[in-house]
Amino acid sequence: MTQFLFHSLAGLLILTVLECLAILVPLLMAVAYLVYGERKVLGAIQLRKGPNTVGPFGLFQTFADAIKMLTKETVIPSGANRALYLFAPFLTFVLAMIAWAVIPTNNGWAIADINVGVLYLFAVSSLGVYGILIAGWASNSKYAFMGGLRSAAQMVSYEVSLGLVIVSILLVVGSLNLNDIILAQRHVWFALPMLPMFVIFFISTLAETNRAPFDLPEGESELVAGFFVEYSSLAFGLFFLGEYMNMILMSAMTSILFLGGWLPPVGIAPFTWVPGPIWLILKIVFLLFMFIWVRATFPRYRYDQLMRLGWKVFLPCSLAWMVLTACFLMATGLLPGMQTHGVG
Amino acid sequence: MAFLDRTARSFLLTELIGGLGVTLRYMFKPKATINYPYEKGHLSPRFRGEHALRRYPNGEERCIACKLCEAVCPAEAITIEAEPRDDGSRRTTRYDIDMTKCIYCGLCEEACPVDAIVEGPNYEFATETREELMYDKDKLLANGDRWESVLARRLELDAPYR
Repeated sequence: MTQFLFHSLAGLLILTVLECLAILVPLLMAVAYLVYGERKVLGAIQLRKGPNTVGPFGLFQTFADAIKMLTKETVIPSGANRALYLFAPFLTFVLAMIAWAVIPTNNGWAIADINVGVLYLFAVSSLGVYGILIAGWASNSKYAFMGGLRSAAQMVSYEVSLGLVIVSILLVVGSLNLNDIILAQRHVWFALPMLPMFVIFFISTLAETNRAPFDLPEGESELVAGFFVEYSSLAFGLFFLGEYMNMILMSAMTSILFLGGWLPPVGIAPFTWVPGPIWLILKIVFLLFMFIWVRATFPRYRYDQLMRLGWKVFLPCSLAWMVLTACFLMATGLLPGMQTHGVG
Repeated sequence: MAFLDRTARSFLLTELIGGLGVTLRYMFKPKATINYPYEKGHLSPRFRGEHALRRYPNGEERCIACKLCEAVCPAEAITIEAEPRDDGSRRTTRYDIDMTKCIYCGLCEEACPVDAIVEGPNYEFATETREELMYDKDKLLANGDRWESVLARRLELDAPYR
């Protein structure tokens, strides 16, 4: 059996499909409960109860909503570019899923443990902007178009600082492999020595996933619903799923780069008994709670403020920090590659 | 110094963290929500809900067809037709309220000399069709019979202030 699974093409294919399912099914469930959790936490902060009627504590609310959404009619505006209009939500959804191929859930547990993991993640999350742009353009509606434009500008701006933050981590680790980045945090999580970068990265992920207070692409008070105004039914559902999966993905990325991924907080007995995936999930849940907490707290940024923050604050800060990190590593001789045995 | 102070504050995100602290505290406060269909809020005796036509304890309807309510109604939602009954007393043959026109101002209740038309505590009378909201005399009298105990109590409680 193992011979078949690991040494024949068909076996490897089956194995890969199973691995994908093992990631994607829990992921879709996680999206359902992230939506539920968001409504509950927002409710609690606003002194409301949140969903509490469908199932025990309202636990089945998301499924009821999903069924309702799927039974609706898919409306395609007469002025829309049909092919692109239907392609956009599909693209958003697929991009949100394929990024999970490189996320390690335990030591070496990833569908594809590739050596350019960070680049892959970054590339896939950058492609995400196309789904939104295409949706905004193909809808042939002014609100959707404005939403798409804003989203493109915003995601491009914040990706710059996101990239520079990642570069300073790569300087320390000396590897693009996500598993190596986690292993480099055995002694101390990067969130501590690089706290300012952690904050900048977290805020940039908020902007990157179009979440409050940077939810300008879908700012309901000025753009109705932004780039997906014209979407309904399954097409809207795919956007919705994609957006929430991106949130989970960004949280996973943050926890891998800064919070030690599947590593326990301290490498001593009671903590090391808990398996790695549990630690990763706990960290992701914490970061997702932060996403919702921030949404419940801060009002939306004005567009010029958003651009100022991205280009005039985050970009110089992350650039300066990168130079500083490089100088520090050179001065102390800790730069990976300077010794015969790298720290990574 | 003030500049340094301001810069330090903005870089350490003090205001933002303070805001997060406030929302976190609120998260653990008791909820303001009541579980609506199962729990309901308190209503004042003056609450102006669905209309009802009341009867005297002997079963005789109170309304004497004076048409003051029809006259005072600012939305012209009330339509009354009256005729002397066989025993010579003046009664309505028709008493309609268009609930879709009614603005629930309570002037009909105030105008009524015999406390016949009142606005009760019921606010759950949504219907599936518009026609069902054209109330006639039977419907209003039935409302009066259904809510009488509550209506009498409300009038009694509010009487000192009228």
